[in-house]
Amino acid sequence: MAKQDLIAELGRFLPPASILTEDEDLKPYETDGLTAYRQTPMLVVIPETEEQVGQILKTCHRAGVPLVARGAGTGLSGGALPLADGVLMSMARFSRILHLDPLGRAARVQPGVRNLAISEAAAPHGLYYAPDPSSQIACTIGGNVAENSGGVHCLKYGLTVHNILKLCALTISGEAIEIGSEGLDSAGYDLLALLTGSEGMLAVFTEVTVKLLPKPERAQVVMAGFADIEHAGAAVGDLIAAGIVPAGLEIMDRLAIQAAEAFVHAGYPLDAEAILLCELDGTNEEVSEEIGRVREILTAGGAVSLRTAQDEAERLRLWAGRKAAFPAVGRISPDYYCMDGTIPRGKLPWVLNRIKEMSREYGLRVANVFHAGDGNLHPLILYDANAPGELERAEAFGGKILELCVRAGGAITGEHGVGVEKINQMCVQFNPKELALFHGVKEAWDGARLLNPGKAVPTVHRCAEFGAAHVHGGKTKFPDLPRF
Amino acid sequence: MMEPLIESFREAVLQAAASGQPLCLRGSGSKDFYGGAPQGAVLDLSPHRGIVHYEPKELVLTARAGTPLGEIERALHANRQMLPFEPPSFSPSATLGGCVASGLSGPRRAYQGAVRDFVLGVRMLDGRGDELRFGGQVMKNVAGYDVSRLMAGSLGTLGILLEVSLKVLPRPAEEASLGFEMDQATAIETMNRWAGQPLPLSATCYDEGRLTVRLSGAASAVEAARRRLGGEPVENGTAFWEALREQRLAFFAQGQPLWRVSLPPASAPLDLPGRQLIEWGGALRWLSGDIDGQALRGAVEQRGGQATLFRGGDESGDVFHPLSSALLEVQRRIKRAFDPHGIFNPGRMYRAF
Ligand SMILES: Cc1cc2nc3c(=O)[nH]c(=O)nc-3n(C[C@H](O)[C@H](O)[C@H](O)COP(=O)(O)OP(=O)(O)OC[C@H]3O[C@@H](n4cnc5c(N)ncnc54)[C@H](O)[C@@H]3O)c2cc1C
Repeated sequence: MAKQDLIAELGRFLPPASILTEDEDLKPYETDGLTAYRQTPMLVVIPETEEQVGQILKTCHRAGVPLVARGAGTGLSGGALPLADGVLMSMARFSRILHLDPLGRAARVQPGVRNLAISEAAAPHGLYYAPDPSSQIACTIGGNVAENSGGVHCLKYGLTVHNILKLCALTISGEAIEIGSEGLDSAGYDLLALLTGSEGMLAVFTEVTVKLLPKPERAQVVMAGFADIEHAGAAVGDLIAAGIVPAGLEIMDRLAIQAAEAFVHAGYPLDAEAILLCELDGTNEEVSEEIGRVREILTAGGAVSLRTAQDEAERLRLWAGRKAAFPAVGRISPDYYCMDGTIPRGKLPWVLNRIKEMSREYGLRVANVFHAGDGNLHPLILYDANAPGELERAEAFGGKILELCVRAGGAITGEHGVGVEKINQMCVQFNPKELALFHGVKEAWDGARLLNPGKAVPTVHRCAEFGAAHVHGGKTKFPDLPRF
Repeated sequence: MMEPLIESFREAVLQAAASGQPLCLRGSGSKDFYGGAPQGAVLDLSPHRGIVHYEPKELVLTARAGTPLGEIERALHANRQMLPFEPPSFSPSATLGGCVASGLSGPRRAYQGAVRDFVLGVRMLDGRGDELRFGGQVMKNVAGYDVSRLMAGSLGTLGILLEVSLKVLPRPAEEASLGFEMDQATAIETMNRWAGQPLPLSATCYDEGRLTVRLSGAASAVEAARRRLGGEPVENGTAFWEALREQRLAFFAQGQPLWRVSLPPASAPLDLPGRQLIEWGGALRWLSGDIDGQALRGAVEQRGGQATLFRGGDESGDVFHPLSSALLEVQRRIKRAFDPHGIFNPGRMYRAF
């Protein structure tokens, strides 16, 4: 359908202010958090009611026009990257918390509600929404569900998929469906699991019911310094083997420590090769008991320094360094490229060593800052886009790291999604038959392939063509947000 | 090269696809009662057994689907770990595959999560006889659609589970159970209020005018919560929760049809005939008696819940809560993507597939 005809069709049910067609209005939508990829959409629609969303979907479906849904656009894999011949649908106006049930511990919210806004609304009841991506002041719950986002507290409290109860969604043909239930059981297949992490390719969410948890009585963090990163990695396994499930368990290596300390003066030991931050939460008694055990285990595991935050201010200061690690690294290098692979925890020392070797081979520095408890690595490859060949080297290096993760028995993405960024590495992770099944799942929802086409699942043909790792980095788009 | 046993499963699949004669996938048959009546030629999956990989430090266990649940629980126990979702086995021979396929979780479910929350990866055969792997052995993995969790609760209608990787957790250092006499409305309110406070709750049950709760965690935390909540200590709490999980309490022995009703946890008591037992902080209500299914489903739906005919009764109708036509259609198409010839456990979940 010609652009003008589509605009006319949409204009039947959308006010003019909800349809953007001019280049300067489209510009802000041309990229998400992965800014290396840019594409101006044919047009942008900003619906306000579920009915309008349904009509937009029906119109696109009838006209055979592809559609990409967008939350806050903080995604780091290009999931919300528009299509030149497609409609970009912003869910920004769906920003209301519809119902909060303190006794039943659930909140029903619109998809454009910011992650942190849910916890803020629940706070007066002593409750919160657990998954805490570091973009939580900006990212939306709709985007969180589409990416199955995580945060520092995943190890104990799970990912988005573990913390949502129910979804209302519209299919590409505009049909409304309700999935899941506050009652925990749900008849038929577990479509809640299938839609979580579906990267906007199966259906558009119009309402999300999330689980709220009681705020722990107390949280306390222990910081351990190590003389080498292998010992820090091994200590993670020791803690878990001792039956401790920390709320957060993070490692930073020397380069990251130096950069963060120079930036926020968190009080990190500058002579350490690695630090481990271990947060414990729970009842007062539980935390007291576990802090003692954690200190013993870390000492036995070769920690050369140990510090327990004595008050909330010190706890927040120790975390501030961790949360500012990405921008801190941004201060010591013109550019960096953030990876997101996961590995079995036991392989940490081996993989970190291999990354060190590859760092020498590629002649590029790497800072390691990661969710050690989950085995979710975020190696930051430092490069200078203005130095000839460095971007390409960083990309090749990044691709190799992801392939290394797969070889170690892990995955190419732990929380940022595949999007357009890691679509080639999908060919490393899955064989053609598995990819064909993913396409079958897509077809079950969206036979015409109009919802976010070309993302997340490569065609078998593309995989056949994919020779070398080819992944792209991006300059930071949200420099003021803390990063994990 | 495929292992001979898997090759034989694959041949059975190919033959079924060619002949149109469906297969009844069976671990040990301990959950044959659940869902629509099993149909088709039985394919016994129990010989494919054994723990493939268990590294306590990783909190991950991978086992072949025919492995007896008991074997897995013993291995975990020896390392002071557990399956956090406390699956019912309903028979000593129950297998891991049946546990995942039935998707049934036990008393800890409302506090720690369900089977699907702990499934990390699967290896399976689809209806074309292709061997596929989804997910893996890592805690976080968002590459591709989450097919491994989709397998949980799919009642063997999507494929043959060969291997499953599960996240496991340390066993709590201490557990204690407390009993309180109160009426049903007060019990529902109490369970929900406590669940909103930082208490180490791990199970709740209301039966015969008595609320029983379990506390799990560090010894000091359990002790502090016990002092705070009061109540009477329950003798032999472990045996009580085991009997609840395996449905050996007197409530389950009435020989009447048993309905499983899922509701938002704080929902007021259901004013319906028959006896009731409540679990999961109010989210799971068992109804025993000669109950009019249609009336029950109507009442439950109004409150945002659903009802399953769990055992006994007239299983010729919908055993599971009927789906909206849009949802049924999506599910039918998903089924077809996995099992294009419709050979796996037809009618076990819905008559439409
Ligand atoms: C500084 C920074 C830090 C970050 N830290 C973390 C972190 O710690 N952990 C983590 O997991 N991620 C992190 N991220 C990534 C990102 O914030 C998450 O992926 C987030 O969930 C994206 O939400 P969004 O609203 O911005 O979605 P968008 O980027 O707008 O969209 C993401 C995907 O969701 C789809 N989508 C959006 N809304 C809907 C809807 N209503 N229905 C259907 N599909 C929809 C889009 O089509 C797209 O595929 C970080 C990003 C930045 C920039």
